[in-house]
Amino acid sequence: MEHVAQHTDPHYDQEASKLGMWLFIFTELLLFGGLFIVYSIYRFLNPEAFQMAAHELNITIGAINTIILLVSSMTIAMSTSALQRKNKGLTVLLLEITIMLALIFLINKYFEWGVKFEHGIWPGSEKMISDMGQGEILFFGLYFIMTGLHALHIIIGMIIIIVALNRVQKGTVHADRPSLLENAGLYWHLVDLIWIFLFPLFYLIH
Amino acid sequence: MEKEKHHIVSYKVYFYILIALIVMTFMSIGITKINLGEYSVLGAMIFATVKSILVLTWFMHLKFDKPFMRFMVIFVFLVFFAVIFITFLDYYYR
Amino acid sequence: MQTAAQIPHDVSYLDYKGKHKGIFSWIFSTDHKRIALLYMYSMMVLFLVGVALGLAMKLELIAPGKTIMDPKDYNAVFTVHGVIMIFMIVIPGLPAVFGNFLLPIMIGAKDVAFPKVNLLSWYIYILGALLVIASVLFGNGTPDTGWTFYAPYSFKSGTNLLPAIFGAFVLGFSSILTGLNFIVTIHRMRTPGMTWFKMPLFPWSLYGTAWIQLLATPVVGITLVLVALERIFGIGVFDPTLGGDPVLYQHLFWIYSHPAVYVMILPAMGAISEIIPTFSQKHIFGYRAIIASTLAIAFVGYFVWGHHMFTSGMSGTAQYTFSILTFLVAIPSAIKVFNWISTMHKGSINLEVPFYWAASFIFVFMIGGLSGLVLGALATDVYVHDTAFVVAHFHFIVFGGVGFAFFGAIHYWFPKMFGRMYDKVWAKVGWAFFTIGFLTLYSPMFYLGMLGMPRRYYDYLPEFHAANILSTLGSWVMTFGLVIVIINLFRSAKNGAIAEINPWKGKTLEWTVPSPPPVENFEEIPVYGEKDGPYEY
Repeated sequence: MEHVAQHTDPHYDQEASKLGMWLFIFTELLLFGGLFIVYSIYRFLNPEAFQMAAHELNITIGAINTIILLVSSMTIAMSTSALQRKNKGLTVLLLEITIMLALIFLINKYFEWGVKFEHGIWPGSEKMISDMGQGEILFFGLYFIMTGLHALHIIIGMIIIIVALNRVQKGTVHADRPSLLENAGLYWHLVDLIWIFLFPLFYLIH
Repeated sequence: MEKEKHHIVSYKVYFYILIALIVMTFMSIGITKINLGEYSVLGAMIFATVKSILVLTWFMHLKFDKPFMRFMVIFVFLVFFAVIFITFLDYYYR
Repeated sequence: MQTAAQIPHDVSYLDYKGKHKGIFSWIFSTDHKRIALLYMYSMMVLFLVGVALGLAMKLELIAPGKTIMDPKDYNAVFTVHGVIMIFMIVIPGLPAVFGNFLLPIMIGAKDVAFPKVNLLSWYIYILGALLVIASVLFGNGTPDTGWTFYAPYSFKSGTNLLPAIFGAFVLGFSSILTGLNFIVTIHRMRTPGMTWFKMPLFPWSLYGTAWIQLLATPVVGITLVLVALERIFGIGVFDPTLGGDPVLYQHLFWIYSHPAVYVMILPAMGAISEIIPTFSQKHIFGYRAIIASTLAIAFVGYFVWGHHMFTSGMSGTAQYTFSILTFLVAIPSAIKVFNWISTMHKGSINLEVPFYWAASFIFVFMIGGLSGLVLGALATDVYVHDTAFVVAHFHFIVFGGVGFAFFGAIHYWFPKMFGRMYDKVWAKVGWAFFTIGFLTLYSPMFYLGMLGMPRRYYDYLPEFHAANILSTLGSWVMTFGLVIVIINLFRSAKNGAIAEINPWKGKTLEWTVPSPPPVENFEEIPVYGEKDGPYEY
């Protein structure tokens, strides 16, 4: 017979909270998954055009952003351990660093996109339609959509982390009630995971 | 009362995972500079996959969660890959 | 916040007076039973709108040429009819109403895992419905693409597609949250002693359904976003002039919309799996086989979507792969039918209204399912794709499936939900008219489709006239039956005879709580012992 979880507070089931978050993460994976399907089909159909278009992206900025997100994943993971160790100060510090790193990522993205806009390249722009071949148009369309949707998730993630940070400071999130922070961490790792695939697919086609 | 918490992961472990992730990031950049033709994609994707397994297993605590969680995650990825595979049955054979 | 000690156990959920007053005690309620009724009432209004649109279509088709509307209006009517019926009725349908009401009670729980998220699901549902309605009422014209929003017309059409697309996206979110809630509820809140294999079949069906809602819906979500972006920016993903492939839209759309039909039918089958044992007073035949079939349908159902696209230009390899898998997914459904019939065999049949609906469910579902094999075989599909044959098929299997199961479920669980019994004579009269009308409405469409009458056309050749007249007459008879059923239920909810706690002698947990149940369902947490089980007759 399966063990049915006993928990002290009938209104707080940590496992349920974690399961709920993972299920939500699955929906996000499939959401981006749809875009990855589109990407993979069009890359298969337009290999050279994708390769050429990828040259227009800056690997260095992409790599820096990748590292930034990886570090931020580490810091938020560490924050969950710090919370378990009842080290509130360290938890707060790590969360603040995570938020800072997320902000830097967004700033980088802002400049990256800004460069493209300056060159007249944005979804459906005249320059795109007149100057670019079909494969290139698809590449950049997907680039903006996928990195844009990803950036939207970074913003959402930041908001969730800020809320978690606030609750940690207030003391309503603590070692015996860590779900909000742990789930915020899971969400943030998801955002990291997506970028782990976006980076090679858009920047590293050579 | 059952304590459902896994043991607390040390900061050091997290740091080592990060190092591994960063190293693999650089390796994936490097592998695409080598001209392996079609296989460059595969190389970068393999690194991305290994990186994501590290993130899932350690950062996202799957290693310390109930086996059913791992099963669910693997199942979801399998379904997704099956869907891509079947979609390619159209485009590859047109 | 009130604790368990403060919420009384002798006040029904209908009468309970909490923090809010009047209508707010309903629309701010996180009680799964009230949320179920909120869904039911809103769905009923939307369903009647959908029925009206269907009747309008049938009236147009009663004669060749223009009868009551222009071709453009006809396109808009079948589009909105489809969007309402699919996204607002049959997909949420049984899970939102009966899943919400009964899942916690059937597993011995007080509520679902996340009651506030549950209420949010309903709010999101209403928002989605309003967005779709807005697309009809405001802007440049009601969407006319069909509920399938195929590219390239969906991004070229001058009609008001963005609110409709956005509405469908929002409705998808509601579906996802319901699925998420149910999965966690079933994993974490089963009563002590209720192992997975002592859980009744309706919750099992909700479990399989919830996984589909969770994993498939996001794909159509992102696809609709892409169509919207195509409309707004012209990104080219589905535009052949910019390098896109409209067939890729179809792939992405059906990657969700095929599994969606299993979201529709699995809970329906789950309800039938509850009704049949009760009205046969016999243990369900093949309990584990039904569970396995449910999960098999949910799983294999992910991989058959291309059977909607056989004539789209897919590769031959894709075509026969999808065809083989489609035949494969039919097998578990057939297993269930065998199990239901076997349950009835040598059972003590209680010929009551729910059983009427369940038995006729099996009949119409079989017709729909068998016609699906005609569509699943490549050689025959070429002839009947996009004809009235397809329309007949999906109405038999979806309307026949979900509709008959829904009516069976409401007549089964009505005494529990409202504490009153309906008039059984009127219920049977309503059933009779509905069923006869249903068969008369949809059967001719098989014939018409085989003769070549296309679907989504507002006109047709003269030789199709007679069958169309018969079909339209059927729509009136069916609607008459529907009206009788609904009025009977409405009046009985207020004035029906007081119902006992277990009028049908069922064995599942909902029949152990008062009719109607108190707010927290159980006074004491039920515990399942070694010998306990949902079908121990």
